[in-house]
Amino acid sequence: MQLIVLVKRVLDSEAQVNVKEGGKEIVTEERYTVNFFDSLAIEEALRIREVHGGKVTAITVGTSASKEVLRTAMAMGVDESILVHVEDYSWYDPLNTAAILAKVIKTMPYDLILCGREAFDDSYGVVGPAVAKMLGINYVTMVNKIKVNGREIEVQREVEDGKEIFKLKLPALITTTKGLNEPRVPSVSGILKAMKTPIKQIELADLGEIPFDESLEIRRFYEHIKTRKVKYIKGEPQEAVRTLIELLKLEAKVL
Amino acid sequence: MENIWVYIEHKEGKPKRISYELLSKARELGEIINGEIKAILIGKNVESVIKEISPYVDKIYLFKNDKLSFYNCEVYLELLLGLIKKEMPYLILAGATSQGRDLFSGFAATIGAGIVVDCVKIEYDKNTLVFTKPYYGGKVFGEIIIKKDPKIVLVRPRSFAVNLSRKDKEAEVAELPVEVKWDEISVEPLGFEKVEEGEVDLTEADVVVCGGMGLKAAENFKMLEELARLLKGTVGATRAAVDAGWRPPTDQIGKSGKIVSPNLYVGIGVSGAIHHIMGMDTSKVVVAINKDPMAPIFQHADYGIIGDLFEIVPALIEELKKYKGDFS
Repeated sequence: MQLIVLVKRVLDSEAQVNVKEGGKEIVTEERYTVNFFDSLAIEEALRIREVHGGKVTAITVGTSASKEVLRTAMAMGVDESILVHVEDYSWYDPLNTAAILAKVIKTMPYDLILCGREAFDDSYGVVGPAVAKMLGINYVTMVNKIKVNGREIEVQREVEDGKEIFKLKLPALITTTKGLNEPRVPSVSGILKAMKTPIKQIELADLGEIPFDESLEIRRFYEHIKTRKVKYIKGEPQEAVRTLIELLKLEAKVL
Repeated sequence: MENIWVYIEHKEGKPKRISYELLSKARELGEIINGEIKAILIGKNVESVIKEISPYVDKIYLFKNDKLSFYNCEVYLELLLGLIKKEMPYLILAGATSQGRDLFSGFAATIGAGIVVDCVKIEYDKNTLVFTKPYYGGKVFGEIIIKKDPKIVLVRPRSFAVNLSRKDKEAEVAELPVEVKWDEISVEPLGFEKVEEGEVDLTEADVVVCGGMGLKAAENFKMLEELARLLKGTVGATRAAVDAGWRPPTDQIGKSGKIVSPNLYVGIGVSGAIHHIMGMDTSKVVVAINKDPMAPIFQHADYGIIGDLFEIVPALIEELKKYKGDFS
């Protein structure tokens, strides 16, 4: 079984984020991590390999700094990893990232491609399905259970009010969501091995013509996190809840 | 004429709340850009859905077939591709829901259209539409312009108010042939399991009651369920409470769970970790009950009670029962 995992280096959720004057540029604290949902994809690929054999390859698109997420993936147990090296590109358009990934994957053997349901930074969730369609294969998003039966998989997909269950033929792509597994913590020997294993680097320019989409333009960014002015309600529990109900009814008008 | 397509999500014979929200926004934009509103409706038993949306749109593109009883991305995608060959809309609105995201991500990639996901605001400025969406869990917002058509925009549920007036005449229903080579379809839906009978899902709920580590044990969530029933709301949980095994992952509110924007959010024993705040800070009114006065949740609350939730919640339930007559 040839498994490919798409991973992304994302900003830590606790990191400071600011917008530079003019609104065109974002500056952030230098705290990065593997996108949480992608770590579920890595874990699931490793588990499938443990049962069905084969090879797991992790791919990311990014600057040299993105090598660190590939090291993490290899420390967890991924066999090979590829950095598609880009200096700068329209990161905010997921179709561009997908076009790059699809171009690389086209040259490789694959049965199942896994990636997280969305990335922490832009919450798009488009790259996975887009890669699948660019490769001409099917996909199921938000998978929290997967069973491999030969050339077919059975997946359970999380939706707002329940679960949808699908059977589909390989090759296919799935995006992973919470509940699928608990990602393993890399072992010391895994980390040592990952430090020694070379990362294959592909330069964007060497990929040839990529049909980049230029339909999105960011007009401006602005900082948002809003804090509210809290009104504390004091008193004994019974008195406090009475006041709360009155305020919700008469002031906030939500009851 | 600039057409606006609205993808209608429905369940059990009724449009979902997000569909009304999208129709409301589409009507508002339609007046500004002088566009026709066309609903896209796919399914098996859709007669009642047609009746329900017909007063609010100009036209309904209908794909009806017995084989369309379950959502199937591969099939739905083919239907949409067939339709877009006949008519190129200016704007396509759908929900940033599990179905909207699944279907339109692949659709945008297939036709090479610009797509904005998790849009929370649409404005018309200097003859162009500007779509606002959060980045980094809402720490930063970005205003996006889509430079070519169709512009595909997936809207976060509960971002737009439902505000619909009936049109003078009912919509024209254009039933389209379901031309699918069924034997070539490789995705087969095997079924659907509903999680909780009768409960409104978290992303659509008017009221959300959320429990955190302060609850101390799974069984204490019963108290929150009773509170939610009285407030006609739905119970959610923080990541820590889910990781502790007190609630299923589907109940998780936050960056790695569900994003909620109810009219009223009540956080009980919730400290307010940043990834949780990212999942609820678009709520209209926020109440926090926590014994720790330093809990960050209070910075994101409109009303706060500092105290022992095991005293406050029972008192609140008691009081709401007394008030109940006034609410209905």
